[in-house]
Amino acid sequence: MNQWKNFTKGFLRENPVLVLILGTCPTLATSTSVSNGLGMGLALTFVLVMSNLVIASIKNLIPGKVRIPAFILVIATFVTIVDYVLKGYVPALHKELGVFIPLIVVNCIVLGRAEAYASKNSVLSSIIDGFGMGFGFTLALMTLGGIREILGAGTFFGMKVPIFPADMQGNPKTILIFILAPGAFLVYGYLVALTNRLKNKLN
Amino acid sequence: MAKTESTFTNMVATMVIIMVLAGLSLAGVVNLTADAIAKSEKEKMESALKEVLPPFDNDIAATRKEVKVNEKDKLVLYFAKKGGEDVGVAIETFTNKGFSGNFRIMVGFRPDGTIINTSVLEHHETPGLGDKMDVKKSKFPNQFKDKSPADFKLQVKKDGGSVDAITAATISSRAFCDAVQRAYDEFVKQGGKQQ
Amino acid sequence: MEYIIIFIGSAFVSNIVLAQFLGICPFLGVSTKVGTAVGMGTAVIFVMTLATIVTWLIYYYLLVPFHIEFLQTISFIFIIAALVQMVEIILKKSVPSLYQALGIYLPLITTNCAVLGIAILTITKEYNLMQGVVYTISIAVGFTFAIILFAGIREQLELTEVPKGMRGIPIALIITGILSLAFMGFANLV
Repeated sequence: MNQWKNFTKGFLRENPVLVLILGTCPTLATSTSVSNGLGMGLALTFVLVMSNLVIASIKNLIPGKVRIPAFILVIATFVTIVDYVLKGYVPALHKELGVFIPLIVVNCIVLGRAEAYASKNSVLSSIIDGFGMGFGFTLALMTLGGIREILGAGTFFGMKVPIFPADMQGNPKTILIFILAPGAFLVYGYLVALTNRLKNKLN
Repeated sequence: MAKTESTFTNMVATMVIIMVLAGLSLAGVVNLTADAIAKSEKEKMESALKEVLPPFDNDIAATRKEVKVNEKDKLVLYFAKKGGEDVGVAIETFTNKGFSGNFRIMVGFRPDGTIINTSVLEHHETPGLGDKMDVKKSKFPNQFKDKSPADFKLQVKKDGGSVDAITAATISSRAFCDAVQRAYDEFVKQGGKQQ
Repeated sequence: MEYIIIFIGSAFVSNIVLAQFLGICPFLGVSTKVGTAVGMGTAVIFVMTLATIVTWLIYYYLLVPFHIEFLQTISFIFIIAALVQMVEIILKKSVPSLYQALGIYLPLITTNCAVLGIAILTITKEYNLMQGVVYTISIAVGFTFAIILFAGIREQLELTEVPKGMRGIPIALIITGILSLAFMGFANLV
């Protein structure tokens, strides 16, 4: 298959978040701001690429019946590595993402790609697939995070977006609900609908 | 390369090999990052101290003093001096009344008991609501600056105090006051200086 | 009293699905009928409680004494997977009627991030075993409550004319958002 197509399929056509509806939990929880979305996206991309790489290289050595436990073991190892590296070098992000870093283990995107793609394809294709899917995930999270951060906190990447009037304490009167739990569901719902429409138009 | 058969020995051997490799590589990563984790914790503490204290020139880490409140919780005091004179006390305090459990903040006092500044160390409050107690997120903590808890009642206005609560986060605001009050009580108990 | 606060706080105020975003997949996937929602909820209460007890014991009596806390994620996911298998086998042999009711939901639970998430959160929140168990049961009851409510709404939705682009997942997410908004009303309970 054309490697470029393999890379870009995760962006829209097979976007894991907006089309396949996988990995919904971290999508909703960590998209409170663009930078959190970016951080979560990169953490997942790293795990996805590394586990795809390892699994594609050892796919023939693993007996079929213990396939899934072996995959989970590989994934869990990389997740723990990400956990410790973030804790040491980017503690602020580690705190924001919290329990959702260890939960990458049970993220359907990672195990799904390992089982459906990396265990059947070459090492190179699997790495490219990992990057493509990872970037698609990151893109979706940043879009969601961007909308929620601008409307809910009045900032973008932490910089003020002066579209809201100030209240008595001098803080901007933003539409708080967007940064809270209900806002996550609402924005995600409309984004999925929009993507469906976009996809139908392209076809 | 032929696919490995799913015999019992093969399965056990594969799992054991992967497990050993995973365990070893993780132990390596943990060792490698241990220094960085300790360093980032220390830096966080130091920057919090700088935020809540006036300029000082003594070795502040050496003045660290722990006060156990109960078996799990503790207050930590740091005493700042400049030219041998007391210029302030930073107290790491906590509350368990937060909306999502415990949080820890650092409060700096001048020797006369007025609050210099506050800094949030660790919390699990709701993003967008309770996390506004952090000075980076809103101006809520500014109202504590230069106030002395002796006459500035550390309760939200709804409860008859002097503090303007964060909109829609009364519980977090109450908990914040609780933590500051606990720090002030300890400050008074210690007489405001190193003993 | 402490336990009541934990219960209300975790079942309603910080509802696992509607406020903490865990277990969304089964929440959206197994909620088309009230009957299946009840089955899934019961299975989750059962497995989650067991999982928290076992992982808590492993963490404090195995990982901490040997200073291998870094194996937390790996060991927890395997314990949960093994536990689900065991529960399935035991139920099948000893309580066939219960197995018939819950059986098909059990394999789905391994990949339910809520189970692993709560096992980890019980450790991060530094609960003792008893608090941990109360916390987990409350969380699971909250999950069951939310999924049954949601299934009820979805059954009604079947009869409604939904705009084409919004059918399926989008409308489900938006309804969850409104439900989550309603649950925010519980905030002043504790």
